[in-house]
Amino acid sequence: MTTFILLLITGLGLGALYFLVASGLSLIYGLMGILNFAHGAFLTLAAFAGWEVGRRMGLDTTSGFVVSIVVGALVGALFAALTEFVLVRRLYERHIEQVLVTVGLSLASVALFEGIWGSDPVYFQRAPWLTQTTNVLGASVGNTVFVAIGAAVLVLVGLLLFLNKTRYGLIIRAGVENRSMVTALGIDVRRAFTLVFTIGGMAAGIGGVLASNYFGYVSPLLGGSLLIFAFIVTVIGGLGSLAGAAVASVVVAVLQQFTNYYWGYGDFIVVLLLAVVLLVRPQGLMGRKAA
Amino acid sequence: MKKSVETRRSALGPWVPAIIGAAVVVLLAVLPLLNIPGMGILPGPTYTPGSLHLMAYVMLMVALALSYHMIFGTAGLLSFGHALYFGVGVYGLGIVLERTDIPLLPAALIVLVIGIFVTNLLGAISLRVTGISFAMVTLAFAQAGNVFVRRNPGGYTGGDEGLSINTANVPDYLIGVVNTRNLYWVALGIVVLVYLVVMWVEQTRAGHSIKATRENDMRVRVLGGQPYLIKLLAFVVGGTLAIIVGMAFLLLQSGASHTYTTAEFTLTLLVMVVLGGVGKRWGAIVGAAVYTILDQRLVALARLPEIQQLPAVLRIPLSEPLFLLGTLFILIVMFLPGGIAGLADRFRRGTVDEEPLKEPV
Amino acid sequence: MNHVLTVSHLAGRIGGQLVVEDVSFEVPATGVTAVLGRNGVGKTSTIKSILGLIQRTGEVTLEGRRIDHLPTHRIVQLGVGYVPEDRELFSGLTVAENLSLAIRQKNPRLDFVRELFPEVCVERAQQRAGTLSGGQQQMVSLARALINDNRILLVDEPTKGLAPKIVDEVAVALREASNTVPIVLVEQNLKVIDALAERVVVIDAGRVVHTGPARELLDDPARVQQLLGVHGEVAA
Repeated sequence: MTTFILLLITGLGLGALYFLVASGLSLIYGLMGILNFAHGAFLTLAAFAGWEVGRRMGLDTTSGFVVSIVVGALVGALFAALTEFVLVRRLYERHIEQVLVTVGLSLASVALFEGIWGSDPVYFQRAPWLTQTTNVLGASVGNTVFVAIGAAVLVLVGLLLFLNKTRYGLIIRAGVENRSMVTALGIDVRRAFTLVFTIGGMAAGIGGVLASNYFGYVSPLLGGSLLIFAFIVTVIGGLGSLAGAAVASVVVAVLQQFTNYYWGYGDFIVVLLLAVVLLVRPQGLMGRKAA
Repeated sequence: MKKSVETRRSALGPWVPAIIGAAVVVLLAVLPLLNIPGMGILPGPTYTPGSLHLMAYVMLMVALALSYHMIFGTAGLLSFGHALYFGVGVYGLGIVLERTDIPLLPAALIVLVIGIFVTNLLGAISLRVTGISFAMVTLAFAQAGNVFVRRNPGGYTGGDEGLSINTANVPDYLIGVVNTRNLYWVALGIVVLVYLVVMWVEQTRAGHSIKATRENDMRVRVLGGQPYLIKLLAFVVGGTLAIIVGMAFLLLQSGASHTYTTAEFTLTLLVMVVLGGVGKRWGAIVGAAVYTILDQRLVALARLPEIQQLPAVLRIPLSEPLFLLGTLFILIVMFLPGGIAGLADRFRRGTVDEEPLKEPV
Repeated sequence: MNHVLTVSHLAGRIGGQLVVEDVSFEVPATGVTAVLGRNGVGKTSTIKSILGLIQRTGEVTLEGRRIDHLPTHRIVQLGVGYVPEDRELFSGLTVAENLSLAIRQKNPRLDFVRELFPEVCVERAQQRAGTLSGGQQQMVSLARALINDNRILLVDEPTKGLAPKIVDEVAVALREASNTVPIVLVEQNLKVIDALAERVVVIDAGRVVHTGPARELLDDPARVQQLLGVHGEVAA
């Protein structure tokens, strides 16, 4: 029972990280039809930026941790906004080229990060309370797990409020359904493009800082390893569906944790799940129409 | 525009490209016997093992890019899983040589037969969906392969350590630095074989149907073709060629590494094909050659004292080959649609084909 | 003569394929101008080319101002209302959200559309658009265009697939609208054209093959048969 609870909660924590990456991916794909391979780079840069600022303030302090999250969110948002504005926008409506540009950006930026920070993971000292565990029904769960879950829930609620209560949210929801009809109502949908990139980059940035605290290190490959699973989550959940991304994040991560513990092939099960979902229900769990 | 290409070809005569091609192959074949200085492109004169190894490596990457061209360029299928089939060749042969006493050639044949079965099976499943879903299914299968290799089940794959080739059943003339020359000729043979197969498939009636499905599924259906089977054909031919290249790669590298089964490796192939020019055979060749040589030789550039003395802002980016290649790639996608092949066309014609890439089918 | 919209030598492409070859016509400042033609001759593509929804070349002017180089949202902001073929509502959004998205001006004509379509715009305002019937969806689609003051309305097959009773309702709404704004109406139903249109533009194979008063064409069954391949359904 203890093991069950431990696996369940750590699964939720991992799912929280997946969601922070997948939410942006899903919105970007849903609105713009772009599979954003640069999303991992947003996350990695944010993680390093958070780490750089945090270690100057003392990463083992709570204030350093909080500031690193804020910095990570800002850096992720800025990097993403620039990507949309400088690269993606110029290739308007040319989806394959847009994907290719994000592929190039991800290759180039990971190489640059390796040049700056080295290719090996950098382990760092976290705030003492972060490294401690909390007892839940007999299971000792690391506090970073709860922080990740809390942050993901906050981001999810924030995104839902934004999507459902603001005009831009309305434009994004409409654009995910039918982009050209939004422009045919006299709305410049490109502003929404920059916006979803910015929001997605911000969520990924928060995810990057939290992931580095979760694993205890920063590495140029941090984004790439999370990105693959975030892609899988996004597709299983249904491209463009935020709720789908949330549900799929949890399903995938929990499944992965349990299989890893009992069998050792959690990653394997996840990709098989993706293949099965795509073949049985190509639009994903909550996707509205087939891609 | 298509018409002008046709007329230029006929003006040259049908044999001219073939003669040029044959001349290039002959030149490449005698390179190990010549003493041509490396001139910065190669680490040393052409007959040295280091240079021969690099050239053989480049040729195998060219062959692999050609096999990916069959799927992405010719059939327009955006596969993120090509590394899987390459990996089947590399690891398949590695495992058979490691675990059995079967000599090299029969072992290769066994891997090929199993590989063709796998390619057909996974292709048939993946092609049930289209567009971005197809891309993700292929990514998923390839990722599963990568996980399998890294988990090292039963000690078969060597996990992150990689797999060293068991040379007991490999002929002596294909082993060791002194025999790099022979491996070079094997690589040349593979690249010629792959080129001829791709060219042959593209020129048959099936090849025209493959191109037609890329343009328009419906038209093929109207004309009585079956888009599904035609796409599967392209997928299987591309995958099978990748398996063959993978087996040669195992011999050349004397081992296998899981990095060649990752999604990043497939992305590298995509970059090569786009760099050279999507849809053109020689685009894939030039793209792969330029990419691989730059990737290998830019490391040497970074070690130059002139670079090492630069301030960090310049030194760090210039020391990272993948940063330079990624940036070059972005610039080409943004400003040079059609890649290097498109650039050559522009010089020849004074115009460039500005058609955006087709959506994946 | 005073034209609100002039189209000259308009050509449009979808995926590199020429779907509108060479279309020229003018739209007077009042009344309904119907665009007719057999299925697949490029009527919808002509409307989409005017709006810049597909790749186009040629000259389009709105009240003397060139709009053929503008992006779609700018063209619409200049006062071109659009009711697309097949309604194209955002099915996951509520009726109210669909309407609010369409509002481009400070004082939207909410009362006008609520009065015109009370059932959908008032009673079903909080319902998801995807759950409405085809006729109700068409009402919302029309309301989305009529909620703004437009210089011109482009209405694409508003009666397609609707029951005869609903067709009449749509026609009444369009007539109401045409009192204040000129309309370009793509329509197959000759009865609706007879009731609404003053002029017709007939398109065949991507080109204009006939323009003139609606009455004149409809009174000539042989010509109708020749141009549209249908019998004069007006009498029916």
